[in-house]
Amino acid sequence: MRQQHRTRDRLKGLGFHAIVLAIVGVILYPAVWMLSSSFKPSSDIVGNVSLIPDAATFANFAKALDGIGGVSFWTFFTNSLILAIGSVVGITLSCSVSAYAFARIDFPGRNAFFALMIGTLLLPFHVVIIPQYIVFSRLELVDTFVPLLVGKFLAAEAFFVFLMVQFMRNLPRELDEAARIDGAGHVRIFTSIMLPLMKPALVTSSIFAFIWSWNDFFGPLLYLKDPDLATMPLALRLYVDQTTTSDYGAQMAMAVLALVPVLLFFLVFQRYLVEGVATQGLKG
Amino acid sequence: MTLTAEVTTPPAAPAPAPGSARKRRKAAETRAGYAFLTPWLLGFFLLTAGPMLASLYLAFTNYNLFAPPEFTGLENFRLLFSDPSYLKAWQVTATYVLFGTPIKLIAALAVAMLLNTRRRGKGFYRSSFYMPSLVGASVSIAIVWKAMFIDDGIVDQIQQLFGAPAGGWVGDPNRTMPMLVLLTVWQFGAPMVIFLAGLKQIPNELYEAASVDGAGPVRKFRNITLPMLSPVIFFNLLLETIHAFQIFASAFIISNGTGGPARSTLFYTLYLYQRGFVDFRMGYASAMAWVLVVVVGVITVIFFRSSKFWVHYSGEGK
Repeated sequence: MRQQHRTRDRLKGLGFHAIVLAIVGVILYPAVWMLSSSFKPSSDIVGNVSLIPDAATFANFAKALDGIGGVSFWTFFTNSLILAIGSVVGITLSCSVSAYAFARIDFPGRNAFFALMIGTLLLPFHVVIIPQYIVFSRLELVDTFVPLLVGKFLAAEAFFVFLMVQFMRNLPRELDEAARIDGAGHVRIFTSIMLPLMKPALVTSSIFAFIWSWNDFFGPLLYLKDPDLATMPLALRLYVDQTTTSDYGAQMAMAVLALVPVLLFFLVFQRYLVEGVATQGLKG
Repeated sequence: MTLTAEVTTPPAAPAPAPGSARKRRKAAETRAGYAFLTPWLLGFFLLTAGPMLASLYLAFTNYNLFAPPEFTGLENFRLLFSDPSYLKAWQVTATYVLFGTPIKLIAALAVAMLLNTRRRGKGFYRSSFYMPSLVGASVSIAIVWKAMFIDDGIVDQIQQLFGAPAGGWVGDPNRTMPMLVLLTVWQFGAPMVIFLAGLKQIPNELYEAASVDGAGPVRKFRNITLPMLSPVIFFNLLLETIHAFQIFASAFIISNGTGGPARSTLFYTLYLYQRGFVDFRMGYASAMAWVLVVVVGVITVIFFRSSKFWVHYSGEGK
């Protein structure tokens, strides 16, 4: 009886893994196909379902690394890196400070501002982008990184403020009360109690901030016209435009290179990413 | 900048009355609160509230960035609703939201329920399914999608195996929408992870009690899983819907920024971009942005109002 139960359970387990692995296969196929195509000769990409290149070649990568129109690949890479690191620094600083005010300080107007902050989570960003563009172009800040970074330093991405508020609210109140009795002010409490305890929230925010900035297309498309300032997604778009003769190999190689940092982050931090989404309802 | 809050706190005055001490303490808290909130306050007024008011004004003007705005009243809105491209943009966007969001959420819930077991390898599966959500909106994936769905591409070859007529999806106005819906459904991992977290919260005793009462899997799903999960379904539905209105990069890349073929990928955001930042019709684009805000606002209100009837929060005695 028990033996029978065990075999049935095992069969069910096999069925489960067969089904889920099949879904995994379908889901991961486009990504794996992109990777394998980047090693195939251009003529062999479009209709080729196979994931194993007949004759692997690095020519596509060599071509992608040559850059576009005299601008080196590494210029694009560095631009993306500067923006992504700037975003991480700006978001962790500004959002943690603001979140502390929402989560731990009692002052008139807090609840109203908190409601407004939640409201901005749902606001389509198109309604602010036109005046922002007008102001930045008046200030002659188009073709600089300023328009793309200023919001990050001013806690304009409500997602991260919200995430950090939620996290701080779950930290025991007794900690700051004890510190207050010992005479610590908010600056002390924030820097020496909250920040160290908030590490998981800060790490999760940093990873998302990096990846979102790295993948961002709309912002750079608006503000960065000079090819020397282009980010990886912009360069990729220029590349596709330029190679209308369909050099798919080089396009795929460039697409892979544009995703490498994201995929590395994903492999290293996937637990943080998935749990950050699970607990805070963040989107990818 | 925000660190001055503590420094400026005045030293205790001599012989304070108990009432005024409390008042002073409250004032100090208020100062600290606003000091810490400074980055967000600046961001909110300079980058959100201010621009919103400016765009509301611009919506009633004709403005091309080079000459001063010229007040035209409701002219932009009148033009909008007699502009076939604008109406087409609404049709494209609404179709995408109406099909993409429910299919994506159903896939997310189905896979979440499949994974909600104590079997091994759950972490690996969860992460694998989540990966597309991280890269799905990127230019890289849009290029891959284009290459897969082009004439003689992989999808073309596979559909021919099943006897479907040959032809890629990228150049066929009737098939660009399914192609983009598939791209968003492919990114079901993010809502799935949230569903999984919600499923974990449902006490097992409920299912056991239902089993004792002889309920089958369908009854259990309808009477336990759906109501217990309704707050999470609400959250995912609201965020995914609002998210879907804002699709841009994939439509831009797949159509080379044109919204073609035959305006079939002329999404709202893409058309707004063309009008505002290609033609520099800033007033027209601002009017577009405000119509979108109103529509998204109305949808949000409808969601919240309707939630009373179908979202159950535990502890409400339901």
